[in-house]
Amino acid sequence: MGELKLMKGNEAIAEAAIRAGVDAYFGYPITPQSEVIEYLSSQKPEERTGMVLLQAESEVASINMVYGAAGSGKKVMTTSSSPGISLMQEGLSYIAGAELPCVVANVVRGGPGLGTIQPSQADYFQATKGGGHGDYKLIVLAPASVQEMADFIPLAFDLAFKYRNPALILSDGMIGQMMEKVELFDQVPRRTEEEIKKTCPWATTGKPKTRERNIITSLYLDPGTQEQHNYKLQKKYRKMEEDEIRYEKIECDDAEYLFVAYGSSARIAQKAIQLGRKKGMKIGLLRPITLYPFPVPQIREMIPRLKGILSVEMSAGQMIEDVRLAVGDKIPAEHFGRLGGIIHSPTEILEALEQKIIGG
Amino acid sequence: MRDEMLKDIISEENLVYKKTDLMTDNVLSYCPGCGHGTAHRIIMEVVDEMGLQEETIGIAPVGCSVLAYEFMNIDMQQAAHGRAPALATGIKKTWPEKFVFTYQGDGDLAAIGTAETLHACNRGENILIVFINNGIYGMTGGQMAPTTLSGMKTSTTPFGRDTALMGNPLKITELVAELPGTQFVTRQAVHTPAAVRKAKKAIKKSIELQRSGNSGTTFVEIVSNCNSGWKLPPVQANKWMVENMFPFYPLGDIKVNGELVK
Repeated sequence: MGELKLMKGNEAIAEAAIRAGVDAYFGYPITPQSEVIEYLSSQKPEERTGMVLLQAESEVASINMVYGAAGSGKKVMTTSSSPGISLMQEGLSYIAGAELPCVVANVVRGGPGLGTIQPSQADYFQATKGGGHGDYKLIVLAPASVQEMADFIPLAFDLAFKYRNPALILSDGMIGQMMEKVELFDQVPRRTEEEIKKTCPWATTGKPKTRERNIITSLYLDPGTQEQHNYKLQKKYRKMEEDEIRYEKIECDDAEYLFVAYGSSARIAQKAIQLGRKKGMKIGLLRPITLYPFPVPQIREMIPRLKGILSVEMSAGQMIEDVRLAVGDKIPAEHFGRLGGIIHSPTEILEALEQKIIGG
Repeated sequence: MRDEMLKDIISEENLVYKKTDLMTDNVLSYCPGCGHGTAHRIIMEVVDEMGLQEETIGIAPVGCSVLAYEFMNIDMQQAAHGRAPALATGIKKTWPEKFVFTYQGDGDLAAIGTAETLHACNRGENILIVFINNGIYGMTGGQMAPTTLSGMKTSTTPFGRDTALMGNPLKITELVAELPGTQFVTRQAVHTPAAVRKAKKAIKKSIELQRSGNSGTTFVEIVSNCNSGWKLPPVQANKWMVENMFPFYPLGDIKVNGELVK
């Protein structure tokens, strides 16, 4: 058994980053995720593993420092919260276009604009549909516990390097701020420069006579070439959709009604299931762990046994669009969620199911 | 007859100049008379002469030199507009032994990338920033740059830059020289053989400083021309540059060994 600790979700991200053998973290403080850079600063990661830690002048700079280091083959990450993630969209588009691996965590707060520092899930569209300009996708993981905040750091890096694509951890202010028991994985050594050159032959590590120069770019001025590049990216995304869907099913075996919820909402929905089952309602939960790729086949497969679906998300209804794309008009699928930093209660969720689906 | 003459001209004993292998054979995309080609070449010559091809990572900006990696035979990354110093920071911090440089124009470095430029210099990132200043946006077709001279005509200042409305031309090189993080700041040009030699020396000095581990940013501005944007033939563009750009952007060292030149 690994080391046990009581930690905030944000601290778990930071500790996991050091233990995962990350080469560099570049970040900028923003509530409710500043504990990530504060925890890292307190840990002297330079001494622990040689990991570089730098507070940048902005989120724009952070993501571009990530872009540079990722292009040179390093294992590198940043974290922020909603307004800061908006500032990073330019960089993420370039990183996706240049096909570089990196990890970004968004500890989501209420918006739009400066919004509020309370938890929200209203960045779903931005996270799962690309976010910046152009046709691209991020791999999106949604942790529902402090344990998963830690565990998804190495998972996100594995996926990012496997597909040479940025991976986003979509959390929220509740998971970032709450404290839970975490079992920490053992320290993974950072890769040596020789290992980087071997495993990332595309990286800008300095051109030896023995190979052509490596160029990291997202610029293909000739539209024909740019189209081919886009087809290559799309092929990669189809492969992710085939191989990388992750999800959890809770009490689904006899379920007639299904909640689809991720992150904090999935935790609250579980309580709503308990309350509903006490009243004799057969409710289950499908928790997408990957929001992109979205568990479309897993939802479709359940439709014949279901009377209706309630998509629960702290937003005005974003994930519901993906649920409806999976469901079509076969059974009712509705959305419920509080907005702007308000967290819905289990009772509210159950009432929404009764009103919108069962009674609807 | 012609072939024989050519053969004689390019024979080994008559060789006075050879393109460095660190410039590719790709045809330069720059306008005839533009300073970019020369600036590219002198950087690559120094990297070649110092035997640093395998140790060099360059950052190309957005602007006319967006395709610099097509011409420089080294590992390079292409940055978003203005972000080159942030990319260079990410690389240098994680590959401290490498020689890392950015190559940026005036719009990239002194307008959209001002924050990245000032903060990289203020942190004293041990990188070289090469700043090509021709007082205009070349690639997008000759619009006003932060360094456009007062009264100068561009496609967005067709009646001349009105400083009351558009602000004054930004001497960002003097600005970064004020920061403790910079150790060597100089302004050069590449319009004559003598200027080219001096600019090359400044590049070499910068690389030597970075290689010696001497912490601090080195910053080499090259005042250059844009005959297309300025709508002047190459020779007249250079003359205009000497008569108008140099008085406002005087050539010479601004900061040496971390001390402002008096």
